[in-house]
Amino acid sequence: MSLLIYAESADGKFKKVAFELASYAKKVAESLGTTVTAVTVNAGNVSDLSKYGVDKVLKVSNDKLANFNAKAYADVVKQAAQKEGAKVILLSSTTDSLYMAPIVAVGLDAGFASNVVGLPISTSPFQVKRNAFSNKAFNITEITTDVKVLSLAKNSYGLVESASSATEEDFAPSLNEADFNVKVASVEKTSGKVTIADADIVVSGGRGLKGPENWGMLEELASVLGAATACSKPVSDLGWRPHSEHVGQTGKPVATNLYIAIGISGAIQHIAGINSSKVKVVINSDADAPFFKVADYGVVGDAFDIVPRLTQKLKEFKAQNA
Amino acid sequence: MKILVCISHVPDTTSKINFVNGDSEFDTNGVQFVINPNDEFGLTRAIWFQEQQGATVTVVNVGGPDAEATLRKALAIGANEAIRVNANPTDGFFVAKQLAEVVKSGGYDLVICGKESLDYNGGMVPGMLAGLLDYNFVNSCTELTIEGTSAKVAREIDGGKETIAASLPLVIGGQKGLVEEKDLRIPNMRGIMTARTKVLTVLEPVAANVNTKAVKFEKPAPKSAVKLFSADDLDGLVNALHNEAKVI
Ligand SMILES: Cc1cc2nc3c(=O)[nH]c(=O)nc-3n(C[C@H](O)[C@H](O)[C@H](O)COP(=O)(O)OP(=O)(O)OC[C@H]3O[C@@H](n4cnc5c(N)ncnc54)[C@H](O)[C@@H]3O)c2cc1C
Repeated sequence: MSLLIYAESADGKFKKVAFELASYAKKVAESLGTTVTAVTVNAGNVSDLSKYGVDKVLKVSNDKLANFNAKAYADVVKQAAQKEGAKVILLSSTTDSLYMAPIVAVGLDAGFASNVVGLPISTSPFQVKRNAFSNKAFNITEITTDVKVLSLAKNSYGLVESASSATEEDFAPSLNEADFNVKVASVEKTSGKVTIADADIVVSGGRGLKGPENWGMLEELASVLGAATACSKPVSDLGWRPHSEHVGQTGKPVATNLYIAIGISGAIQHIAGINSSKVKVVINSDADAPFFKVADYGVVGDAFDIVPRLTQKLKEFKAQNA
Repeated sequence: MKILVCISHVPDTTSKINFVNGDSEFDTNGVQFVINPNDEFGLTRAIWFQEQQGATVTVVNVGGPDAEATLRKALAIGANEAIRVNANPTDGFFVAKQLAEVVKSGGYDLVICGKESLDYNGGMVPGMLAGLLDYNFVNSCTELTIEGTSAKVAREIDGGKETIAASLPLVIGGQKGLVEEKDLRIPNMRGIMTARTKVLTVLEPVAANVNTKAVKFEKPAPKSAVKLFSADDLDGLVNALHNEAKVI
């Protein structure tokens, strides 16, 4: 009984979530007394997976899989699981992995738990803790099937290095022509910027910033921190920022290590989307803004005064600690 | 075109989240239930197809009698008919299995789900349904147009958007973007009156394996109070982020 992960990559490079998943898988494999196999698709050099405890890599290289295709990728993962006799299949919580996870589960007659936040509470019965109710609660879920599929919430486990020497094997699963009835016609990427999905730090602005012309100071703060920028819903509704930056219940979920909210009131719908971020910093002129109730650190004051000075302090800090 | 819109009946986001029976069940006391927001975007898009392209729109929920109020609201917004599968929606697979049965017997060629529901946030049902039906599937869908049996769909990807061509039959997991928020509809008096005369069929569930069980719920540990720094002590903040929180 092996344990299989799908190590997600983009443009031939692994995403950080792939390493987090490998770290997590290593620990789960230890408690199950088994090894970790990773399956990769067009990933190029796979040796980095060895740093995180992967024992074996099944490498799939196929031009037909150049664009993500949920059913075809699900087929790859399914066949890899069958080949390895894997009873536990672990996926990340990226948009793509979450897209294919339920298809993998149905294909393997497996129970599926998404948004898992931590190691299994017990492996027999197999119980995991997951986020529920827009991160306002956890649900302990028991997977009762023989084969189990889990998706790990981003940044919920972290990276844990554990050297191994992974064996590599080429793997050529059979693909189903009909899966390609869903065809990618074009892809538009926001280029040259850290995206919310990949960022460890997000700097976010609300209506308190008064207008789009004031985003320069936020972008500068973000660039010092290597962060992505985001915004509250009214900001994108007003057209100050693109919709792809709107976070919250109806926008993107953010699970970063650090979330800095500037001029955002902290309405429940906004909090729903950022609750699973680890450390929250709030800058707001209103000491009674609800955001302070969920924040770890805060500064009560005018963003136009504080943000430029904070950026300066961080620049100095970075220079000293470079 | 026959469209089926899958509607989840969920607590309004502002609801207090509490549990009863030894933390094994969600406490519905005083909680207002609504159409899951992601489903509402899909429902509104379906009504657009009905009005512009002559599609018929059926809404379906797997749930108890209390969910009928939510289905009636969907009828009041304009759906032609409603189906309730009379069962407690125990997990995503169970729900998908019931919905697959409804799709097969009704011969729907477009099935619109929300990409996830606000209560369990599982994001499981649309993909499982597509898997069970072996239909084409697009998740996190932000745009949808249909000509004949061809669909043009946009989906959100990490850091951008992808445009996809697919053919019917198709399942989508939809979200904000399918319609503009300003185009979401509130039932008017006429809609509410006609909804009363529309057909709401109750079906009994089919057997499904139990793949997962919600054993119990937990609330996050109470948070310690925010640590405030004065506007003159930004060094204190930088220091805390580095030494205490270890995030920079
Ligand atoms: C069904 C539904 C779904 C929703 N989904 C989302 C969602 O996904 N995401 C989302 O964000 N919202 C969502 N909302 C909207 C949400 O309820 C709030 O309206 C929104 O989050 C408020 O945005 P804001 O904090 O930027 O603006 P405001 O409420 O206007 O608050 C601005 C804040 O800025 C502060 N401020 C003003 N000037 C300054 C200054 N100079 N310096 C520092 N601080 C200043 C103010 O004190 C205030 O706290 C949703 C609402 C509904 C009903």
